[in-house]
Amino acid sequence: MDDFAGYAVEVALQTKEKAGSGEVVVVAVGPDSVQETLRKAMSMGADRAIQLKTDTMPFDGLSIAKALAAELKAGAFDLVFFGKHAFDTSAGVVGTATAELLGLPCVTAASKLEIANGKGSARRELEGAAELVEFALPAVVTIDEGIARPRYPSLKGIMAAKKKPLESRPAQLGPIRVVVKGMALPPDRPPGRIVGEGPGAVTELVKLLQTEAKVL
Amino acid sequence: MANVLVFAETRGGELRKLATEAVAAARRLADATGGGEVHAFVAGAPGVAQKADALGRYGADVVIALEHPALATFERESIAATIAARAKSASYRAIVLGFSAQGRDLGPRLAAKLDAPIVSDIVDLEVAGDALTVKHPGYANKVMITLTISGSPAIVSVRPSAFSAQESPRTVRAETIAPAADPSAARVKVTQVVEGSKGRPDLADAPVIVAGGRGLKAPENFKLVEDLADAFGNAAVGATRAVTDEGWRPHADQIGQTGRQVSPQLYVAVGISGAIQHLAGMRSSKTIVAINRDKEAPIFKVADYGIIGDVLEVVPALTQAVREAKKGH
Repeated sequence: MDDFAGYAVEVALQTKEKAGSGEVVVVAVGPDSVQETLRKAMSMGADRAIQLKTDTMPFDGLSIAKALAAELKAGAFDLVFFGKHAFDTSAGVVGTATAELLGLPCVTAASKLEIANGKGSARRELEGAAELVEFALPAVVTIDEGIARPRYPSLKGIMAAKKKPLESRPAQLGPIRVVVKGMALPPDRPPGRIVGEGPGAVTELVKLLQTEAKVL
Repeated sequence: MANVLVFAETRGGELRKLATEAVAAARRLADATGGGEVHAFVAGAPGVAQKADALGRYGADVVIALEHPALATFERESIAATIAARAKSASYRAIVLGFSAQGRDLGPRLAAKLDAPIVSDIVDLEVAGDALTVKHPGYANKVMITLTISGSPAIVSVRPSAFSAQESPRTVRAETIAPAADPSAARVKVTQVVEGSKGRPDLADAPVIVAGGRGLKAPENFKLVEDLADAFGNAAVGATRAVTDEGWRPHADQIGQTGRQVSPQLYVAVGISGAIQHLAGMRSSKTIVAINRDKEAPIFKVADYGIIGDVLEVVPALTQAVREAKKGH
């Protein structure tokens, strides 16, 4: 489970705990290796899990959103949480595109969240500023860092998770229009140098920034 | 020959640097298809259209302005609906956005509305015949992934500082467009905008970033980082995850794998050891300076210039030296 997905699961569990009732269902798109992630979420406290099965993980965020929207279109939820973005692509496409396909309001990158009386309020981090928003449920919220630390599964939780239901069915991905053509390591940075030690080295550093790097 | 639509973002009624970079990327894309037009879409409170005229300098042929008093804040639902309506009525080869808070929000909405393929956070692009190929640094910048996108319009968002805004002046035709959805009737209502650190550029816009880590030892010593940023005059302030987790700085200031990814002209790492998660957020900076007492710290492996020493002694001296150098100009 990547960092942001962990925050999203934690927020879902806290939302249920605060409401006093309800169900947390975790959904993942991907090959059978995602079952491990789903079990982890259930060991944290999620009630059941659904795997939307694919052979591989497509790089096409919209196709994944389509699979999720097909699964979620029956409704029967108040909130859908996503991590702000996935570790591999950092694209942040799937949550927002799923909301749009479902016709639901979407709050992206929430770093604080309050749910009460069928309404939500959130804080969103912008670049160098923040935005406070209000919205009605049902809604989709993507979760940013800083909102909650994911709990560690207890031994009891891990044991219980083994018995919790995990359904698996084929993902209804749309056409895959974004494909990986190649991967390469980014070029190494040229080796740098130690200018000196202690405050005495700053004169030389400033000179280098002016004459060599030309950034000052 | 194909036209390209570009979302030119504004904040507080002013164009962002990223808007000019997105226009430059769109220009490149349009030229690569044999010379189509670049249509820049700008949204904001009345008056924003005039600001957008400047986009002609970077290669925009048309400025499409969506003006409405309620658009003083970023009303994403209305803006997305209006861009989608425009894209449906005209035929665009691609839609270019910035990979920023606004672009991240709009891109996926447009992809879903237009059933268009999307790739976020690209640093390069190439057109060969019908195929659009882009480069995206994935896995926390550890791997450069080359992706091909089939179908039109292809939606791409460009990483800040990856495409330089190049002068390619032309005469701009101005158009206005009516909102396709009422901007004052959004389902997600912005109730307040909380401005961040006073008077400093954002991490995405700043040519210089001074960032602090745990080597500063105590939150009050972050003043040294602020002072150095002030000496440069055009610098933003960032922090490592260790520091934001401790609450010394807000989470929004975090540079790294789970925070902001930056590539300024100059990055000064103060008391930062250089954990791989932090390097993921800043290693594409043009020039990197590191100040750290531990000469084995991994930050020195990516730094162009390093000073070994106690940041509490070195940074004030550097601040003074930068002030004098600035005065000499």
